[in-house]
Amino acid sequence: MSDLRLMKGNEALAEAAIRAGCRGYFGYPITPQSEILEYLALEGRSRGMIVLQAESEVASINMVYGGAGVGARVMTSSSSPGISLMQEGISYIAGAELPCLIVNVSRGGPGLGTIQPSQGDYFQAVKGGGHGDYRLLVLAPSSVQEMADFVFDAFDLADKYRSPVMILADGALGQMMERVSFREYDPAAHLVAKPWATTGKPVTRERNIITSLHIEPEKMEQINNRLQEKYRQMALHETRCEEFQTADAEYLIVAYGLAARIAQGAVEMARAQGIRAGLLRPVTLFPYPTDAIRALADRVRGVLVVEMNAGQMIEDVRLALEGRVPVRFYGRTGGIIPSPDEVLGALTKMVNEDVLHIEEVS
Amino acid sequence: MEHQTMQPDSPVLECVYSRPGTLTETRFHYCPGCGHGVVHRVLMEAVEELGIQGETIGVAPVGCSVFAYNYLDIDMQEAAHGRASAVATAVKRLLPDRYVFSYQGDGDLAAIGTAETIHTVNRGENILMLFINNAIYGMTGGQMAPTTLIGMKTTTSPLGRTVEASGFPLKITEMVATLPGAYYVSRNSVHTPGAVRHLKKAILKSFQYQKEKRGTCFIEVVSNCPSGWKMTPLEANRWMAEHMFPLYPPGEIKVPK
Ligand SMILES: Cc1ncc(C[n+]2csc(CCOP(=O)(O)OP(=O)(O)O)c2C)c(N)n1
Ligand code: SF4
Repeated sequence: MSDLRLMKGNEALAEAAIRAGCRGYFGYPITPQSEILEYLALEGRSRGMIVLQAESEVASINMVYGGAGVGARVMTSSSSPGISLMQEGISYIAGAELPCLIVNVSRGGPGLGTIQPSQGDYFQAVKGGGHGDYRLLVLAPSSVQEMADFVFDAFDLADKYRSPVMILADGALGQMMERVSFREYDPAAHLVAKPWATTGKPVTRERNIITSLHIEPEKMEQINNRLQEKYRQMALHETRCEEFQTADAEYLIVAYGLAARIAQGAVEMARAQGIRAGLLRPVTLFPYPTDAIRALADRVRGVLVVEMNAGQMIEDVRLALEGRVPVRFYGRTGGIIPSPDEVLGALTKMVNEDVLHIEEVS
Repeated sequence: MEHQTMQPDSPVLECVYSRPGTLTETRFHYCPGCGHGVVHRVLMEAVEELGIQGETIGVAPVGCSVFAYNYLDIDMQEAAHGRASAVATAVKRLLPDRYVFSYQGDGDLAAIGTAETIHTVNRGENILMLFINNAIYGMTGGQMAPTTLIGMKTTTSPLGRTVEASGFPLKITEMVATLPGAYYVSRNSVHTPGAVRHLKKAILKSFQYQKEKRGTCFIEVVSNCPSGWKMTPLEANRWMAEHMFPLYPPGEIKVPK
């Protein structure tokens, strides 16, 4: 029984949070994601959720820490500058191994930047962001439907790994309206036992302590080893990507989120012109679909990375390809969304360069 | 107890003072004479007397009392520097029938965490906020705090704090008392048996008010830091009463009408 609705990405995400059994939302307004807090302030509260507009993103993320620590499904959302402000708290959450959802509906930077969409926070989301050796599991939706779907996945994954999970979207995905249907989901069937939570110590058990502090180096290293093992398990079991027309592709575009949708249009246009193009879209940005990209390295003659930034994910593509295939980049910054025509132009340029190169050597 | 040394007809001695069952066996790491240990004890005596050990959740700060969870035998969370009251807010909101307290030093509560402090009280969160004011940053080695007195020497005010360089000592307890969300605000100390008894009463009252969902209870403890102040415990307590009480006078600051 899927109820089809027309919704903004931000609202779809908020509605999904209620349906996923999120019991606490803590956030601070910032464009282009304030609709999440606004939606929950009415809908969430009326359906039993604790919704608190905090005094800052710093307070928000530390409330998430406290709420996750009592074992509840909790979340926050913000946009780029607010996510920057949260980094210390996110590091504490990763260190204390607390499951929660952090949503970044990102905008252009650096600084106050622009409220227009951007993918400029890839490094921050994927490479750690805050201090210390930790990672977030990062999901990158590319439609309003996925803005909803990934909330359920995120809460399940957070609980499974006792780890913070981030949904990295952008302002366009947050603001645009599309059809969305909500999956059948009974939170009770998904909730896991959290015997570590600080809910008040009955006489039958030792006290529970939520902390990221470990003064003895051996203990701290043990924790680090455990975190790294967790990230290896995520890489083994949770890596997700989508491929479009890659079976016979000579030229591959790698793009995620909104950029992937635009790139898909460019691939179709290229195919119409006889260029055998394909698209690989990472769905998880951490863990990264390194193997899937590497598997295509022997088959394709060139890779074009398309991002709404100055070139961040391209570093992970290059790492995956290990120099075996030429890699080109096309990106726009400043909150500008590249058009399929522009991407096609960049692709065609790469193809032409390749042809020249082949004629030269033959 | 060395029972064999007693006369067979002497009365059996009653044990009148022992570690409350709500404290763990772990020895405090605090410097000799430090107020933190006394406050821990008084707090946990209150928890024991009220029989709420299983329903109480504490939030420890970053500061000398960061390891409070090693001593208090209850469920606890260790918060980031300054954020204990934000953490406690979420704990209480999600578990409204539990007793929740935060425990913070002056750097934690009145410098880096000022915004969280003000807004937690302003929302009238149903928690107890314990504020240990020793006018210095103990944990990091004796730097100036917002509560450091004018003229007081610290490692970052080596010639004594001046208004020109650092502004005035912050009376944050008086500030929060002005907020409608604050239900009970009290300033205490732990340098005499009488002061300790008063603190305990204040804590007991605060938990009672929390049960009645009255709003935020805020208890300052004017305390010492013999190490940071470079004094013996005795000198430190004397200095505290002589120099800190004029600016931070103990007493009830806001009581329910
Ligand atoms: C973000 C951040 N900044 C600075 C520190 C370093 N630091 C740890 S404790 C502390 C001050 C503690 O002083 P106070 O809160 O007065 O507690 P006391 O140690 O005196 O009990 C500072 C500055 C930190 N841990 N985190
Ligand atoms: S440094 Fe000061 S506050 Fe910290 S334990 Fe020692 S005396 Fe107490």
